[in-house]
Amino acid sequence: MLLFVVGAALSLAGGVGVVAAREAVHSALSLLVVLGALAVLYLTLAAEFLAVLQVILYAGAIVVLFLFVIMLLHAQDPERRPSPVGAQWALAVPLGLLLWAALTYASFGLPANVRPAPRNFGAVESVGRELFGTFLLPFEVASVLLLVAIVAAVVLGSAPARPRVTSPRERVGAGDRR
Amino acid sequence: MTVPPQAYLVLSAALFTLGTVGVLVRRTALILFMSIELMLNAVNLAFVTLARVHGHLGGQLAVFFVLVVAAVEVVVGLSILVHIFRTRDTVDVDEIDLLRG
Amino acid sequence: MEAWVAPWLVGLPLAGALGNGLAGGRLGKRGTALVACLSVLAAFLLAVQAARGLLPAEVPAVRWVGVEWVAVGDLRVLWTLQLDRLSVLLALVVTGVGFLIHVYSVGYMADDPDYARYFTYLNLFTASMLLLVLAGNLLVLFVGWELVGLCSYLLIGFWFERPAAAAAGRKAFVVNRVGDAAFLLGLCLLFTLLGTLDFREMANLLRDGGTLRGHPGLAVAALLLFCGATGKSAQLPLYSWLPDAMEGPTPVSALIHAATMVTAGVFLVGRLWPVFEAAGQVLHWVVAPVGALTALFAATVAVVQHDLKRVLAYSTISQLGYMFLALGVQAPPAAFFHLTTHAFFKALLFLAAGSVMHALHGQIDLRRLGGVGRAMPLTFLGFVVGALSLSGIPPLAGFWSKEEILGAAYAGSPALWAAAVATAFVTAYYATRATVLAFLGPARDPSAHPHEAPPVMAWPMAVLGGLAVLGGFLGAQWVGAPFHKYLDPVFGGHGEHAADPWTAVMGVAVASAGVAVGAWVHRGGREPHLGALRGVLEGQWGLEALYDRLVVRPGRALARLLAESVDARGIDAAASTLAAAVARAGGAVRTWQTGNVRQYAAGVLAGAVVVFAYWVLR
Repeated sequence: MLLFVVGAALSLAGGVGVVAAREAVHSALSLLVVLGALAVLYLTLAAEFLAVLQVILYAGAIVVLFLFVIMLLHAQDPERRPSPVGAQWALAVPLGLLLWAALTYASFGLPANVRPAPRNFGAVESVGRELFGTFLLPFEVASVLLLVAIVAAVVLGSAPARPRVTSPRERVGAGDRR
Repeated sequence: MTVPPQAYLVLSAALFTLGTVGVLVRRTALILFMSIELMLNAVNLAFVTLARVHGHLGGQLAVFFVLVVAAVEVVVGLSILVHIFRTRDTVDVDEIDLLRG
Repeated sequence: MEAWVAPWLVGLPLAGALGNGLAGGRLGKRGTALVACLSVLAAFLLAVQAARGLLPAEVPAVRWVGVEWVAVGDLRVLWTLQLDRLSVLLALVVTGVGFLIHVYSVGYMADDPDYARYFTYLNLFTASMLLLVLAGNLLVLFVGWELVGLCSYLLIGFWFERPAAAAAGRKAFVVNRVGDAAFLLGLCLLFTLLGTLDFREMANLLRDGGTLRGHPGLAVAALLLFCGATGKSAQLPLYSWLPDAMEGPTPVSALIHAATMVTAGVFLVGRLWPVFEAAGQVLHWVVAPVGALTALFAATVAVVQHDLKRVLAYSTISQLGYMFLALGVQAPPAAFFHLTTHAFFKALLFLAAGSVMHALHGQIDLRRLGGVGRAMPLTFLGFVVGALSLSGIPPLAGFWSKEEILGAAYAGSPALWAAAVATAFVTAYYATRATVLAFLGPARDPSAHPHEAPPVMAWPMAVLGGLAVLGGFLGAQWVGAPFHKYLDPVFGGHGEHAADPWTAVMGVAVASAGVAVGAWVHRGGREPHLGALRGVLEGQWGLEALYDRLVVRPGRALARLLAESVDARGIDAAASTLAAAVARAGGAVRTWQTGNVRQYAAGVLAGAVVVFAYWVLR
């Protein structure tokens, strides 16, 4: 119970941090908090293997990647410049609340009490058996997907930067004149 | 197990909503990406909860695949982002509107 | 005799047409000509065989029944072909004269680059015409009817690079459509009345004492079918396409527009004789007057034509009028006798005219011809024989058939007889005029060097000349009139006209007078002024102006109205308005596509909320 309350509070705070932080670095660090808190919550839900994966993959790899890119694209703050769309707060908050209400309403269909989890549920062995049994084909497909992603990253990363693209409006105009 | 599964789901919904708001409100492409990660994680939490409720490992395996996809998405997305930054010198998604009709 | 002959008769020329149409370019001229001529010759021999098979008096009509074609409700139509004495007679004329003209064409078209196309059309025409005459029911006949119309259109417009030829083909097609529409209506009406389109069943239903005899609907059907016949046979009021049809190659004019296709209307009336006979007074009050009037009208117009082929075209219209007159006065054997002799002498005239054209590089204007006969004795002889036969000078073929028609007309009504006799005079006059102006007198074009036709063209003319001389004896009373005996079973005793020597003498006298007057008036190539009469005749008794006012100008006005108002302001405007509306709508909607990812995301979220709301509130 205590674990859940702490985890939930931390993850919510982290979530707000991700959305509200001014600096991208702060957002990334807030995301790290969320991921860690969720890993704890996975433990309470008998998903040990996923908790480990969460820490290694998400916290270890993805967030680090984010941090790298943040450093690469030297810090900018686009939010202060005017935008044709504006911040969309007036649109986002009411719609978000509606969505949350609907999702919450939907979750009330579940039984209140749950039987104790069987032994080994969520352990490496049981997840592995399932993964290499029933889900073998999706697993292999996922490996192909990863390969494609690697190739894509290499291609995108190594392509020379094209000359600066002018405003699309001008290009359309030129096309019309031709 | 004293915490009802609804609590987890409500938390998941809240995190998902937070991520949504982030996508709608923030203009820095990186933060937009992180908001999407937040939404993915909210969904993951719902998966794990339901796997526990139904006593079925399918939910946890779905999370596994979501992890894979998330990793792929971040890799490709960030490469595109870097590429855009190199050609257009911006990470503001509002300035990237080449597909305007 | 066996029924298999019938499909072969149609199939052989059709095979020739297919062979030449698909492989004509690769056969060479000699191969093309061989395929075309031999297929028609084979059909001719088959027709002779069929005619001999039918000679014994008791042999009934032979029918060949092919596959079922139409089966809708009560209507069952089979591909039926019928070999009886009438259809075999026509088949003989079509294949016999057709073969001669095929051979003639080999020489006439020798220098034309579209040799194979020409013979493809010609063979296709022969096959279509045979389908028409051998048809066992009215719908199959209609198929042949439309196919010969198509071939006529194709051959009139054979030299379609010439605007006049293309326009003439179009005119022939359009004018024929008017008649064909009436034909189709008559066909439908006949079916609703009789419940069948089969000729034999029709004849059985309309036999003496049948309940439908004299039914008014039958008269309407007969009238409509006769309208179809006037279109195909160029009778008043649908005659105007035939003179223009002379734009086609001359052998085509000889075969299609003189000897065979234009007689299809006569054949139609003969084939549906039971219907016309049972239809009350249609024959007497419509067919005979139309025939007599057309005969006289076309003959007078022929007098002032300057184009040799047009003279012959109006002459054809006039002679077809004679045939309808004979049908109208209940003498169908006389009509078909004249059809046969006319096929001989008119084809001969056309081939002789074609020979002149061939020698003089297309020169056909009577004002510029003259003295050609000295250089082309054989052609000259052929033309003279044809012209005298056309005039009805004994003992040539035209005399026998024309006298018979005059006699029948005399028995029918004095007025009709008077018109027929007057026509005979004018006919002899214009035939002589054409002969004199073209072949006698001084040569008016010193640069022309006419030469006699090559043998491949001369021989068909010689054979036709022999037929034009001797063909009439087939119907002569003193040799027993074998022609009429042959047709007797078809028309059941309608051939019995007591020969009236007085009408024969009168006819010969009038014809001789026509020849004499013509020879004297035009002696030495002279052409009288005729004053106002010439204007009237050249204007076709005012019919041309009338058609112009009634049909052409309203048609043009309607077309202009449709083009300028309905099309430009109605249809085009609607299309442009629609296009502009689409463009405006697109312009309005394209602003939604901002290219801004966050706006799209907001849209997605709104949609998700709506879906959830529906799901929750359901």
